[in-house]
Amino acid sequence: MEQIPILRIGDCLLVSIQVDMHDRMAINLQDSLTTRIVETNARGVLIDISALEIVGSFIGRMLNNIASMSRVLDAVTVVVGMRPAVAITLVELGLELPGVKTALNVDRGLLLIRRQIDDGAEHA
Amino acid sequence: MNVEKTLTFPVKIGEDVVRLRQVVRAEAIAIGLSLVDQTKVITAASEIARNTIDYGKGGDVTIEVVNTSGRRGVKVVFADNGPGIVDMEKALTDGYTTGGGLGLGLSGAKRLVNEFDVKSTVGHGTVVTLIRWKA
Ligand SMILES: Nc1ncnc2c1ncn2[C@@H]1O[C@H](COP(=O)(O)OP(=O)(O)OP(=O)(O)O)[C@@H](O)[C@H]1O
Ligand SMILES: [Mg+2]
Repeated sequence: MEQIPILRIGDCLLVSIQVDMHDRMAINLQDSLTTRIVETNARGVLIDISALEIVGSFIGRMLNNIASMSRVLDAVTVVVGMRPAVAITLVELGLELPGVKTALNVDRGLLLIRRQIDDGAEHA
Repeated sequence: MNVEKTLTFPVKIGEDVVRLRQVVRAEAIAIGLSLVDQTKVITAASEIARNTIDYGKGGDVTIEVVNTSGRRGVKVVFADNGPGIVDMEKALTDGYTTGGGLGLGLSGAKRLVNEFDVKSTVGHGTVVTLIRWKA
């Protein structure tokens, strides 16, 4: 089965979802991301969904899960690039992403992650 | 209501849901739905297809391009021979799930389309019909 690549940039992991994922692919991604956070001691996870034409309840749940798991593992997850039509549809679907931080694009996402890590260090 | 075009295929595995999304997108574009409306009908169809697999033990989907008094729409019908929906009112409520989901599939899909209908007989199966009209 097709695998979504997970790239490492410094202390961050970068995932760019470029294909329409079926449910099992999404579960695999969630599992391998969790493993990689632990393996690499990653402090941030950036998920680029700019290529996704829809986000349904399953992918929404996956994003929520990844955000909660990364929090437990002391990493910050930021989702970037959600298309406007996807955002509008998500709201009408009733899907909330309470624990998921979002940013407009990859650059801003990385900045947000950096800021969150630094804030965390101050409060530690 | 006239049917201009019809296509039926099975929905049994995750890959079928991906294919369905592609077919619905193609027809939604063909009748000129706006990007937001395309996204809504694809998302609704995807939610119902996942239910057909997860709860209905798989079934068939029919995608149609329909028209009535000059208006065109994409109609998607899902049919399974699964256990049926025991409590329809609950099933259509946000947050109700028997499978550890978010319970947003049915209620959310209903909000995303113009016409939505569920017919279910316990022990026999479920038929879900949705239509998104070109505005
Ligand atoms: N085709 C079906 N056959 C039998 N039961 C169904 C069918 N579709 C839905 N249901 C029942 O209706 C409930 C609600 O469905 P809905 O799609 O709203 O939520 P979900 O699938 O549980 O979670 P989500 O879609 O948010 O991942 C399901 O949990 C299931 O009990
Ligand atoms: Mg569902």
